[in-house]
Amino acid sequence: MGQQIKDAVDWLTSPTLYFLEFTLAIIFILRFRAFFTKKWVIAVFFAVSTAFMVFAFGDTNFNRIITKPDNVPIIILLATVVFFSWLSLRRAYLNDEATKRGEPTQEAALGKQRVFTWPDLVYIELIFMVIFTAVLIIWSIEITAPIEEPAASARTPNPSKAPWYFLGLQELLVYFDPWLAGVVLPSFIVVGLMAIPYIDVNPKGNGYYTFEERKFAISFFWVGFLLFWVSFVILGTFLRGPNWSFFGPFEYWDLHKLEPMVNVDLATYFWTGLLGQARPEQPLIRELPGIILLLGYFAVIPKLLESRLMKSLFEGNRQHIIRYHVMMHLLLWFGLIPIKMLLRWTVSLKYIVGIPEWFFNI
Amino acid sequence: MNKVFAYIRASQIWRSIFRHGYPDTPRNRTLAVLSNFFLHLHPVKVRRSGIQLSYTWCMGGVTFFLFLIETITGLLLMFYYRPTAELAYQDILALREHVPLGIMRELHRWSAHLMVISVWLHMYRVFLTGSYKAPREFNWNVGVILLVLTLLLSFTGYLLPWDQLAVWAITVGTNMARATPVLGHEGPGAALVSLGGLDFIHAGDDVRFGLLAGRFVGEGALLRFYVLHCVGIPIGAAVLMAIHFWRVRKDGGISGPL
Ligand code: HEM
Repeated sequence: MGQQIKDAVDWLTSPTLYFLEFTLAIIFILRFRAFFTKKWVIAVFFAVSTAFMVFAFGDTNFNRIITKPDNVPIIILLATVVFFSWLSLRRAYLNDEATKRGEPTQEAALGKQRVFTWPDLVYIELIFMVIFTAVLIIWSIEITAPIEEPAASARTPNPSKAPWYFLGLQELLVYFDPWLAGVVLPSFIVVGLMAIPYIDVNPKGNGYYTFEERKFAISFFWVGFLLFWVSFVILGTFLRGPNWSFFGPFEYWDLHKLEPMVNVDLATYFWTGLLGQARPEQPLIRELPGIILLLGYFAVIPKLLESRLMKSLFEGNRQHIIRYHVMMHLLLWFGLIPIKMLLRWTVSLKYIVGIPEWFFNI
Repeated sequence: MNKVFAYIRASQIWRSIFRHGYPDTPRNRTLAVLSNFFLHLHPVKVRRSGIQLSYTWCMGGVTFFLFLIETITGLLLMFYYRPTAELAYQDILALREHVPLGIMRELHRWSAHLMVISVWLHMYRVFLTGSYKAPREFNWNVGVILLVLTLLLSFTGYLLPWDQLAVWAITVGTNMARATPVLGHEGPGAALVSLGGLDFIHAGDDVRFGLLAGRFVGEGALLRFYVLHCVGIPIGAAVLMAIHFWRVRKDGGISGPL
């Protein structure tokens, strides 16, 4: 029985399924939020998770990763992110229901009252400082900060992992070259975050929790933050082992586990597969199919969706056309990530455009 | 006992510090906030919805508190740590063996991890309550820069123990810089920056070299990261935090329904 559960978990956490499960979970939770925001649901979730942790703790392989001192924060991250997502969705759901009944939201009801900073706010701050100080001191006494062998540039550890908060980017390296995964996409994340207030012109949902009034914005952030950031950090910490190969939580980190890598460029598919001839020498001609595809992706899709999205997000106001195009451009870059992942899983695609001569691979 | 307290409170020393009586009347509560340097970050009165724990999750405050802990423990660590390739690792080991109550390194490391988490959660909360909308667009942007600085603080600190974990994590991280378009020697477009067959961008002068002061993570990188970690980034973050808090107030306090 125990072994069967372990095998099932190992299977369920393989990268493709892992991603699929997370995506479905997000869709289901947002869709059936009336159910998922109930108090007992979160209680059951945490109870089951705890039971699973207790069960899994006895496993040598699981135990080895989970008890690494530097992995404690990842567990905290997972627990807090789940809890706060639930809490915010619950408040959003209750507010939306109240609005439907014509009642004020919780924030509107409380917001009219003003209270003194001293003591109403100051005591919260004080309690938090005391709690955090206590927790940190206990944590620091209990768990010693790790120190490994002295630095040696000749001996590369396997796996070599970036600090945990950048593991999402390291995971992208499976699908993209470093110039995209490590430089361009992170820059777009920062630029994109900064652009959010200037793109989102929806005046509703300012200063209170809601889902109904900001469906697009909230769903987008759930996908971006929960799926593509937090879940990738967890994947990178617990499920990636030597050579960045995938390992289930109960699997032994075997240094010699090799995953077959027979990925094929789009150009090969096109010239050899479709036209049955040798790939042209000239890189620009060789990669023409991929280049046309990408240019089309960035140029045609915004046009295709323009009238629909302009209407639903900007109320058809032409004034916002620049906002629309900036948003679409950022979203399309973001969209490259799942597209490339899907293509890799389904047709082992390596590069859409691959010009290694110029380090220009997409 | 009460007499002693009354005497102390009536003394010139006490009254020179606190210019009001015990804050249990509206007047004294107002004065408590207004006449205290630290408390006057706050307005005298706040929206009840804004201080609700399930509204803000207190994550901005927690981030700030962790930043303060980092500053204090970091300062103490600086007394013992020397950023050179020969000494750094020894100093870290010595911290545990020779320093009484040696949990400063633990406090510093675990708080740093928590700070990364709390700043993410804070951003998440600000997004979910739509608090980046007008008039708070600018403060959201200050926040994004603070987020980047928090990650960079953590990242630069990661190298300082100078063990295998540190050096290789930073190697993995900074290898990316090699591939910066145009400016990295393995980046697209770098080959274009050349004159008469002479490449201007190579492993000895690209952005990664600038970051590490060398072609690999060595002594130069250690010093650079140390200075950034202990001086450069904290000062930047502190200034931005001051602006951030000031703007929270100027933008009408913690957000609430309009
Ligand atoms: C070192 C990092 C940061 C610190 C110390 C910090 C601190 C704070 C504090 C204490 C508040 C008051 C309300 C609260 O506690 O929620 C606040 C509000 C705010 N923060 Fe931050 N913050 C940081 C990073 C960020 C980031 C990363 C963002 C967004 C990307 C951000 C955006 C905002 C905004 C828009 C407000 C106003 C929210 C409102 O009025 O409800 N901050 N911050």
